[in-house]
Amino acid sequence: MPLGMHLIQGVVSMANSVLSVKGLSVQFQTHSEKVYAVDNISFDIFESETFGLVGESGSGKSISALAVLRLLPRSAQMSGDHVYFKTQDLLTLTETGMCKIRGRRIAMIFQDPMIALNPVKSIGSQIAEVIKIHFNLTAPDIHDRVLTLLRQVEIPSPESRINDYPHQFSGGQLQRIMIAAALAGEPDLLIADEPTTALDVTIQAQILTLLKSIQDKVGMSLWLISHDLALVSTVADRVAVMLKGCIVEVAPTMQLFKQPKHPYTQTLLAALPSFDSCSADTVLTRNILLEVKNIRISYPVRKGIFNRVVSHIKAVDGVSFSIQEGKTLALVGESGCGKTTLGKGLLNLVADVEGQVLWSGKDINGLKGDSLRRMRSNIQIIFQDPYSSMNPRMLVGQIIDEGMRSLHPQLSAKKRQAKVAELLQQVGLPVECAMRYPHEFSGGQRQRICIARALAVQPKLIICDEPTSALDVSVQDKIIVLLKSLQRHYGISYLFITHDLAVVAEMADELAVMYQGKIVESGPVYQVLNDPQQPYTQRLLNAVPKIVWD
Amino acid sequence: MILLISSVSIGVLLRNHDGLKRPLKKIAANKSAMLSMIILLFFLAVGLLDSIHFRAEGQRSSGVISVLDYCAKPLWQHTEKTYSAPFSAYLYSKEYITQDGGDKVWAFPRLQFGGSHLTNPESEKTSDLLSLLMTGLSKGLMLCMAGVGLRGLFVGKKSEQSARRYCPGFVCITISILIVGVAGLMELSMYYHIFGTDKVGEDVFYQTIKSIRTGLVIGSLTTFIMLPLAVIFGILAGFYRGWVDDLIQYIYTTLNSIPSVLLIAASILMVQVYMANHPESFTNLESRADLRLLFLCLILGVTSWTGLCRMLRAETLKLREMGYVQAAKVLGVKPFGILLQHILPNVMHIILIAVVLDFSALVLAEAVLSYINIGVDPSTYSWGNMINGARLEMAREPVVWWPLIAAFVFMFILVLTANLFADAVRDAFDPRRSQYGQ
Repeated sequence: MPLGMHLIQGVVSMANSVLSVKGLSVQFQTHSEKVYAVDNISFDIFESETFGLVGESGSGKSISALAVLRLLPRSAQMSGDHVYFKTQDLLTLTETGMCKIRGRRIAMIFQDPMIALNPVKSIGSQIAEVIKIHFNLTAPDIHDRVLTLLRQVEIPSPESRINDYPHQFSGGQLQRIMIAAALAGEPDLLIADEPTTALDVTIQAQILTLLKSIQDKVGMSLWLISHDLALVSTVADRVAVMLKGCIVEVAPTMQLFKQPKHPYTQTLLAALPSFDSCSADTVLTRNILLEVKNIRISYPVRKGIFNRVVSHIKAVDGVSFSIQEGKTLALVGESGCGKTTLGKGLLNLVADVEGQVLWSGKDINGLKGDSLRRMRSNIQIIFQDPYSSMNPRMLVGQIIDEGMRSLHPQLSAKKRQAKVAELLQQVGLPVECAMRYPHEFSGGQRQRICIARALAVQPKLIICDEPTSALDVSVQDKIIVLLKSLQRHYGISYLFITHDLAVVAEMADELAVMYQGKIVESGPVYQVLNDPQQPYTQRLLNAVPKIVWD
Repeated sequence: MILLISSVSIGVLLRNHDGLKRPLKKIAANKSAMLSMIILLFFLAVGLLDSIHFRAEGQRSSGVISVLDYCAKPLWQHTEKTYSAPFSAYLYSKEYITQDGGDKVWAFPRLQFGGSHLTNPESEKTSDLLSLLMTGLSKGLMLCMAGVGLRGLFVGKKSEQSARRYCPGFVCITISILIVGVAGLMELSMYYHIFGTDKVGEDVFYQTIKSIRTGLVIGSLTTFIMLPLAVIFGILAGFYRGWVDDLIQYIYTTLNSIPSVLLIAASILMVQVYMANHPESFTNLESRADLRLLFLCLILGVTSWTGLCRMLRAETLKLREMGYVQAAKVLGVKPFGILLQHILPNVMHIILIAVVLDFSALVLAEAVLSYINIGVDPSTYSWGNMINGARLEMAREPVVWWPLIAAFVFMFILVLTANLFADAVRDAFDPRRSQYGQ
C-alpha cells in the first residue's frame, strides 16, 4: 500500500521518504508587518537517513522542526502544500491525531537538557511517562523498558540511577537521558535540535557517536539541526543549508562541501576556522607583559549552623604562564576547568587569589583602593554573553564613556564624546549608535560595543572570556578579524579564554591547555595543535569535529 | 501637609530636570495613562486645597478651615438631624411632626436643607434635579470654553503646533469632561445631599471629599518613609553581602516576626497616652488628630519596608553577578557609582510596582486599622472611618448603604488610577519595551 500511495502523491524516489515537506511557510504577525520565519521550504527525509539542516541563529531551523510537529507558538501562522509523514498529511491531521504522532512516530530532543527535563521528577518516571502514554504496558514491563533504554544510551548502572533526579547528572548524561526518552516511543524519525551545542567537545563527540550507533541499530531516520557545519559533516548523509527562512541548497554531504553551489554555503565554508590557519613561524622575542606564578584560587565550602569552612574547592590549582606584549595567549579547556575563574582572578573579581601576578615585574595581586584603580586601565575584560554584559538602561554612548569617566577623569566631556565616536567607528559601528540602547543590537554588534568599552581606557591587555562562543560562525569570524586588526593597530595583548580549538588556531600565538584547575600543556600554537604531547590534549583535539574532505 | 506639598514639588522638579523626553512622550501617547494622571492630579488638587488651612472667625470650634471647606461651605454647613438617602428631600426615619392644625403625625419629616426649596418634592424633584444638572453642566462648559479661549490667547498661533503635540485633543476632552462633571456635581450639591447624610446628619459627599486628603497623606507619606529604608537597606545588603547583609537581614527578620497590627496598636496607644499626659501641647482636636495621623504613617512605614527590601536584596544579588556590573568594576567605577548607575536603574521597575501596590494597600490598610480602632483619629474624615461606621449601618433595616458605596467608589477610583498610571510609567521607562511602542 505505501508504494501505491507514494505513486499517487507523485513522490518519485529510490527510497521511501519518511518525511516529505513541500512549500512549508511559517509567518509571525508583528505590530505592523508579517515576518516570514520559514519561507516556502521543501525537502525529503528518507528511511534510515541522517538529514542535516544547517543555518545561523534566526534562520528558521528550529521553527521548521516545530512546524512539522505543529508545536508553534500561537502568534505563528503555518501554511504549505503538504507535510507528509509516511502517508499522513500532518497539515490536515486533527490535534488528537498529532498527539499519536508526537513522541510515538516523531520524537524530538532539544538543545538544553537542563531545561527540557523536569527538575522535580526522577528521570525514570519521566521516561516511563512517554512509554505509558504510547504503549499499553504493565508497571513492571515499563520499568524494564526504562532500564533497557538507559542501558542503550550507556548510562552506567541504570538500576541504581533510575530514581535519581536531573540535577544529579552531568550535562552529557542528561542529554543521553533525553535521547532515551525520545527513543521510548520507538519513533521512525528523531529530530535532534542542536543536541550537542550546550556540551563540551569531548562529550559532544560521544553523544554523536551514540546517536549514530542507535540509528544503525534501530534503523530510524535522524533529522539533525545544527549551526555547526563541521559537526553535521561528520554524521549527516545529506545536508540542507538554510538562510533567512529559505533552504538555499540541499546536497549529499560530500558534494556540498566539495562543490558548494550557493554563495552563502561558500561563505559559510570559508568562515570555518581550521587548524591550518596558524603559522609555524611565530617569533617570540618580545617583552613579557604579564607573568603569573603559581596561582591558586579556591572556593570555601561552608557547612553546619555556624557556616564553618569545612573544605575548599580548588578552582585553579597552581597555574603559571606569561603573556608577551602584543601577543595572544589562548587558554583552552572544557567547562568547569577553572579558566573563567582564572581570568576573573587576574582582575581581582574573585576573592582569595594566592600566588603572584606580575605586571611588568610588579606584583599586582591583592591590590586595593587607589592602586587597584590605577591598574584597572591596563587590563580589561570582554565577557562571553553579549546580552548580560551591558546595562540595558544605559545608552551605548554612556556605556563606552563610563570607563573613561572613572579612569581618565582629566578628559573633558567633549573629548570623551569624540573618543566614543572614534571607538565606535573603529569597531565597525556607525557613530549614531551612541544614542541607542543595547537591546537594539544583534549579538555580534553587542560584542563590538563591549570591545569598544574595553578599548576606551586604553588597556595593554584584554582578557577575552569566550567572546565568540555565543555568536554565529560568520559573525565569529568577523569578531576575530576585528580583534586581530585592533591588536596590530594598538599592540594589545590578549588572554583568549575559549573551549573552541578552531578559533584558537586562528587567533593565538601561544596556547595553554587547562584541565581540572591545572595547565597540562602549553607552548606555541602550531606546536601544540600539531604535535600534542599530553593524552588530554590529544583527546581534546581528536574530539573536535572536522570536515572530512574525502 | 508641608511634606505632601514638598513631595509633589519634588516630583514636579524631577519631571522637569529629567532629560529623558522619550519616555515622557510615551506616557503622553498612552491614553489610559493620561486619563489616570488627570484624575490623579484632580485628587491631588482636592487634597492640596484641603491641606491649606486658615483662620476664619466663627466657622468652626477651632476656628480653622481649609480652602476646600471655604469653597464648599454649604456642604458642611447644611447638617441634617440624622440619616437621609441620596437626593432625598426627607429624613430616613419617621418622626412625630406637628402639623399646622396642631395634631401630631408619624411621618418622614422634610430635610432642613436637602431639597428644601421645593414645595412639593414628589412631583417637582425630577425636573428640578435635571434643571440643576443642566445649569451645572452649562456652567462647566462655559468654564471650559473660557479655558480653551485663554489657552488660545496665551499660546498664540506660532507655537500652536508644538502645543498640540504635548496637549492632544484627548487630554483637553478629558479635562473638559472632568470640569463639566465636577461643576454639575457642585451645582447639585448646593441644594441636595448627593450621597445622602450620615447618622449625625453630615453630608456624606463632603466626608468622602475630605477623606481624599487622608487617603493621599497615608498613601504617600508612608511610602516616602518606607521607600528610602527599603531601597537603601535592600541594595546595600545585596551588593555588599557579608556582615552588612547579616545585620540588615537580622533587622528585617526581627521586624517581620512581630505581628505588625500589634506593633501598630501598641505605638498608637503610646501616642494616645502621651497626648493625655501632655494636654497643654495639644489644645485643639485637629492637632491631636493630625499628630495621630502622622504617627500612623510613621509606624506603617517602619513596619512595611521589609517586603520590598527583601525583594530588592534578592534582585541585587542577581544583578551584582551580571556582566555589566563586573565590567564596571574592571573599569574602576567606584562602588557607589555602580550602585547608582547600574543597580538602582535595574531594580527601578520592582520599586515602582511595589510602591504603587503598597500605596493602594496602605489606603486599604488604613480602612482595616480604623475598623479595629487603631487607625486614624475617629474625628478625622477617612474612608476607613466611613467603612467602619458602615458596619453598623449595614445591619440596620432598612439598610443605610450610601456611606459605604461613596467611600468604596472614591477609594476604587484612586487605587485604580494609581495602578494604571504606574503601569504606564514602568513601561515607558523600560528601554527594552520601547521598541514596540513606536
